[in-house]
Amino acid sequence: MTRPDLNQIVRTPDGRPEVEQPKWRRDFPIDLPQDEYVARRDFTKFMVLTSLAFAVGQVWIGIENWRRRRRGQPPIAEIAKVSDVPIGSTITFAYPQPHDACLLVRTGELTWLAYAQECTHLACAVIPEVDKGQFRCPCHHGYFDLTTGRPIAGPPRRPLPRITLDVRNGAVYATGVEERTA
Amino acid sequence: MPVPEHLEFFIDPSRCIGCESCVQACSECDTHRGHSMIHLEYVERSRTTQTTPVICMHCDSPTCAEVCPADAIKRTEDGVVQSARKPRCIACSNCVLACPFGVPKMKSDLELMMKCDMCYDRSSVGKKPMCASVCPSQALFFGTREEIERLRKRSAAVNRFRFGNQTVTTKVNMMVPRDARPEYIDVAAAMEEDSLGGDIMLNVLST
Ligand code: SF4
Ligand code: SF4
Ligand code: FES
Repeated sequence: MTRPDLNQIVRTPDGRPEVEQPKWRRDFPIDLPQDEYVARRDFTKFMVLTSLAFAVGQVWIGIENWRRRRRGQPPIAEIAKVSDVPIGSTITFAYPQPHDACLLVRTGELTWLAYAQECTHLACAVIPEVDKGQFRCPCHHGYFDLTTGRPIAGPPRRPLPRITLDVRNGAVYATGVEERTA
Repeated sequence: MPVPEHLEFFIDPSRCIGCESCVQACSECDTHRGHSMIHLEYVERSRTTQTTPVICMHCDSPTCAEVCPADAIKRTEDGVVQSARKPRCIACSNCVLACPFGVPKMKSDLELMMKCDMCYDRSSVGKKPMCASVCPSQALFFGTREEIERLRKRSAAVNRFRFGNQTVTTKVNMMVPRDARPEYIDVAAAMEEDSLGGDIMLNVLST
């Protein structure tokens, strides 16, 4: 016996081809192979399992936050020599972990700014636009203020985490990460 | 597993002796345990004892499934129309009213339409449906076309029915006289005719 094509209406009432049938016949197929059958039981299972996953996720986020707070501020690390960063320029560095990309911006003789590079919307890397006084996120057109790190336009709602700095002995040091919610 | 293609259902109402064996046997089928899905129709109760068994004809375009607002009636790949799917059936009885053969039954205690599914647990493995396996007069016959042709020399199988403007082609066959084999069985017209049995009964009564 040849098996019917699973996506095709096997028997139509008036014998006309499938294309000539009303749309509802394709939406509500009578033959079992074409039917996408979701039982109430399957649906309930799906709901229970996803809710469970969300609940576990919340607990996990809570634990992670607690661990981060306990860890305290990361160690001080040298980012660059003052002489290596001309006024108005930017360099990238990693802090506190090797995969945490950050931006260091020198806006004046003695003014330094540093932020995590990860956009607070969906984690794209932001691009510094020093002459316009902003960071731009190319993914969904998010903008952050250069001097405060606060979102000024687009989807991001939280400011970029600020890296606290210390400039001494001709070098710039990162001393900590300041996470802010507003 | 699908019902083997060479096995077909044949109904020969003229052979029905009204013994109700099929009704009893049907309730022993595993797909609808305890519920008999077959019934006997009295052709013209006031004049004759003739009965005819009514099973699902497994229409090519099942009216029951087409009218179901809950999309609950499904047909397997072998053309067997199954009972309503329990999670979908809303017990509206549309199918019961729409089926031209009067087959689906509303089990209101279960809030579920149940119907003859050709004893799917049996026929899908090549066994006879319960009714056909017990019918003493073979009014219900499940087997190959060659078998029925050999056994019923004077009959032929028809699987087209007319109800007014609706023509229904079915998987199940009805046996008709071979010489007078019609293109289709006009059910509505048959209902208006006086039955032959009526005349005989009247003669008996008048003597
Ligand atoms: S005979 Fe009635 S119940 Fe059976 S398939 Fe046809 S419409 Fe449906
Ligand atoms: S075919 Fe099966 S379900 Fe249908 S009446 Fe006969 S025994 Fe019952
Ligand atoms: S990820 Fe930056 S705006 Fe969406």
